[in-house]
Amino acid sequence: MIPPALLELTAQFLLLSMLSIGGANAIIPEIHRRVVDLEHWMTDADFAQLFALSQAAPGPNVLIVSLVGWKVAGVVGGVVAMVAMSGPSSILTYWVAHAWERFRDALWRIAIQRGLAPVTVGLILSSGYVLTRTADESSWVAYGLTGVTLAVSLTSRLHPLWLLGAAGVVGALGWI
Amino acid sequence: MTAPSAPVSASGLFLGFLKIGLSGFGGVMPFARRMIVEERRWLTELEFLDVLSLSQFLPGPNIVNVSIVIGRRFGGVGGALAACGGLMLMPLVLVLVLASLYEQFAQVDAVRGACSGVSAAASGLILATALKLARPLKEYAWQVAICAVAFVAIALLRVPLLWLLAALCPVSIAIAWWRRGEANG
Repeated sequence: MIPPALLELTAQFLLLSMLSIGGANAIIPEIHRRVVDLEHWMTDADFAQLFALSQAAPGPNVLIVSLVGWKVAGVVGGVVAMVAMSGPSSILTYWVAHAWERFRDALWRIAIQRGLAPVTVGLILSSGYVLTRTADESSWVAYGLTGVTLAVSLTSRLHPLWLLGAAGVVGALGWI
Repeated sequence: MTAPSAPVSASGLFLGFLKIGLSGFGGVMPFARRMIVEERRWLTELEFLDVLSLSQFLPGPNIVNVSIVIGRRFGGVGGALAACGGLMLMPLVLVLVLASLYEQFAQVDAVRGACSGVSAAASGLILATALKLARPLKEYAWQVAICAVAFVAIALLRVPLLWLLAALCPVSIAIAWWRRGEANG
């Protein structure tokens, strides 16, 4: 018997796969809205922890999806969520790649891309906002860490791993 | 796209993308470009940019789309599956192991604290990504307006993504079409 939560999770990510214009970073608020606000599968704190783990492991940023699946339905949930998230969009990409050469320079194609760009940026900005609110909650030190990371990554070429590591040390010392 | 310079086998695709999957934290695209263009020379710089723009144009995780397009190019369905499987296999295993370990040690204050620190910093990294992407938009007032509407709807009002996309994308694309004489963006 397949657990109902696993079926629900699969259906959600099959849909999100086709809605994720701008990639995985753009759909974090929607994942949060569904799994925390609507389904109550986890708390804000759980979501923030999963996000941190997805950043602390090597690999693409879409890993947050498999951690959400893992939290809901264990290892099977983690694998299924990733396959559901990648499946529909990959099939679309496979077929469109064939025709891409023909419409790459078409005016309508360029209009779609220019039209989608600001939507995508708004979505990723929303991800940053929702994650900051979720992760930092009521801690001013956490807001400070977010602010410093933002400032350093906008003004220098320091590898992000240093910033994540330093923030991890600050947290481990119990300063947050 | 021109014909591939040299054929790449399914196992070559699998191993190449296995390496890409393990090479970055919180996003692997810069490493993908380096390996595909500079190290293994599967594609030229221009061909890679072309694959990247297609992958960003379509929905789905961008790097997964890159693996599908490149895998398809060298080996059809089998190549696409090999590339995508290689990309996701190790990160998936490692992140699930990490999550299980975290569950074991979540009671330790230092572990929880480290996790809070990492999520605070990672939020800052996403904000930085968004602001870097927003820079070219400020040339055009309508793009700033569309971006602001998306932010207010999703971040502040928590509107379902499907509704927002269904309402905003047609408007934004129509404006882009109407103003297509402007410089490309």
